[in-house]
Amino acid sequence: MAAGMSGAAPPKIRIRGLRKSFGEKRVLDGVDLDVATGTSMVVIGGSGSGKSVLIKCILGLIEADDGQIEIDGRDVLRMDRRERDTVNAGIGMLFQNSALFDSLPVWENVAFGLMAQRGATRAQARQRAAEVLAQVGLAASVGELSPSELSGGMQKRVGLARAIAAQPGIMFFDEPTTGLDPIMGAVIDGLIVDCVKRLGSTAIAITHDMASARRIGDAAAMLYGGRIVWTGPAGALMDSGNKLVDQFTHGRREGPIQMELRK
Amino acid sequence: MNTLLDGTAALGRGAIGVCRVVGGLALFALTGLSHLLRPPFYGRMFLRAFVEFAYFSLPVVALTAIFSGMVIALQSFTGFARFNAESAIAGVVVLSVVRELGPVLAGLMVAGRVGAAMAAELGTMRVTDQIDALTTLSTNPMKYLVAPRLLAGTIALPFLVLIADILGVLGGFFVSTVKLGFAPGSYLVNTVNFMTATDVLSGLAKAAVFGFIVALMGCYHGYNSRGGAEGVGAATTSAVVAASILILAFDYVLTELFFAR
Ligand SMILES: Nc1ncnc2c1ncn2[C@@H]1O[C@H](COP(=O)(O)OP(=O)(O)O)[C@@H](O)[C@H]1O
Ligand SMILES: [Mg+2]
Repeated sequence: MAAGMSGAAPPKIRIRGLRKSFGEKRVLDGVDLDVATGTSMVVIGGSGSGKSVLIKCILGLIEADDGQIEIDGRDVLRMDRRERDTVNAGIGMLFQNSALFDSLPVWENVAFGLMAQRGATRAQARQRAAEVLAQVGLAASVGELSPSELSGGMQKRVGLARAIAAQPGIMFFDEPTTGLDPIMGAVIDGLIVDCVKRLGSTAIAITHDMASARRIGDAAAMLYGGRIVWTGPAGALMDSGNKLVDQFTHGRREGPIQMELRK
Repeated sequence: MNTLLDGTAALGRGAIGVCRVVGGLALFALTGLSHLLRPPFYGRMFLRAFVEFAYFSLPVVALTAIFSGMVIALQSFTGFARFNAESAIAGVVVLSVVRELGPVLAGLMVAGRVGAAMAAELGTMRVTDQIDALTTLSTNPMKYLVAPRLLAGTIALPFLVLIADILGVLGGFFVSTVKLGFAPGSYLVNTVNFMTATDVLSGLAKAAVFGFIVALMGCYHGYNSRGGAEGVGAATTSAVVAASILILAFDYVLTELFFAR
C-alpha cells in the first residue's frame, strides 16, 4: 500500500553505503536499503550474513564504520547523543532471544521503557503493562511471574509487549519465530502484524522462515555478501527470478550461494 | 640485529596493549562515576547492590575476621613469650586487624563472592542482549547497571570492615583470655590504649578503595564479556583475579600513603 507511493514520499528509513567490519571480517559491505513509511520490510539472509548487525547499526548498538542511515530524512550516524536518544525512543525492538530482564518481573519488563521515558509512576506503569499484555494475549496475572518461568513462546509475547508498550513509530523484529513451533510462530506473526497495523508503524523484520516472511512482510530484501542483493514485494519471494533468492527461499544446496564451512 | 628489532617490537606491542587496557578501564570507571553526578539515580539498583555487598557477605567476612584475630593472638604469643612481652599481644592483634587484615581479607572475600557474582550477572546480560535492550528502552546501561554498583561497593565495604574489626579483636580477646589465661580487663585496656583513630580511619579508607575496586572489576569484566557462556565464565575469573591483585597492590600504595612518613 504505502509502498506504491514511495516515489513521492521520502522513505522512513534510508540506508546508503553502510559498512561494518569486525577486525578483518567484513560483515556489511555497502548496504543500501529504503523502507517506506508504514511498510513492513522483511530482510532475509543466511545465518551470520549480518542481519542482526544491520539492525544494531540502525539502533546505534553497534557503531557503523561508514555510510548513512537516515530516519525521517535525518542522518542518525551524525547526530549528537541527545538527538539520537530522542530518535531511538521512537523505535521498539524485539530481540532474537527476547532479551527479557530476568531480574525483573514480567510487568516491569513490559513497562520498563514507560518508566524510563515518560517518568510514569509504578502504579500507572503497572496498569499500562496489564493493557499491553492483554494486546499480546497474556493475562494480567502473567505480569507477576519472572521471565524464567515462561515458555519460549510466552517470552516472545512479553518481548513483543515490551517493544510496543511505548507505541513506537518504528519497530524491529529479529527472527521473531526462530525456535518456536509452527503454530506458535504463526500466532506471533499474527500478533506482530496486528501491532504494526494498529500503530501504523514502519517495521523491519528479520527472518529465514519463508512462511513468516510472507505473513509479516509487505516488501522484502535479501542480504548476501554484505549487500542487499534483491528487493521486491514479499509476495514475490518464492518466484523472484533472482538466483540467490531462489536458492535461499527454496532451500537448495546447489546454487550461487556457497556456504562458508570453514571458520 | 633482527632479533633485537623483533624483541623491541614485541615490547612495544605489549606496552600498547597494557596502555589500551588501563586506558579502557580508566575510561570505564570515570564514565561510571560521572553518571552518579547526573540524574536519574537508580535508588533501587543501588539498594540491591548494597544488600548484596553488605548483608550477604557478612557471614563470610565475620568468620574470616574472627579466625584471623584468634590466629594472630596465638602466633604472637608463641613469638613474644620468649621476650616476656605478653602485654604487647593486645596491641599486635588490634593493629594488624584494624590496619591490615580487616580491610584486606574483607576485600578478598567480597571479591570472590560479590565481584564474581556481578561479573556473572552483567556478563549474562551482555551475551543475552539484555544490555542492548536497556539502551533501546531509553536507559543508559552504564547509569543503570554500573554506577549504582560502584557506589554500593565503595560505601558497603567500610561497614563490613568495621564489623570485621570488632569481630577480629573479639577473636583475639577470646583466645588470649580463655586459652592463654590473660586478664580480660587489662587485655581490653591494652587494646584501647594501642589503637588510634588514624588506625581505624585508614583501615576504613582502604576498605572504601577496595570496595570500589571489587565493584569496578566485576562490572568491567562482566560488561565487556563476549562469547557466550564460556565468555561469562572467563569474565568471572578475570574479575576475581584482577580485583585480588589490585587490592593487594593498592594496599601497599595506601599503606605507604598513610604511614610511611
Ligand atoms: N560484536 C561483535 N564482534 C565481533 N563479531 C561480531 C559481533 N557481532 C556480530 N559479529 C559477527 O558478524 C557476523 C554477522 O552476525 P549476525 O548479524 O549476528 O548474523 P545474523 O545474520 O545471523 O543475524 C557473524 O559472523 C558474527 O560473528
Ligand atoms: Mg541474528
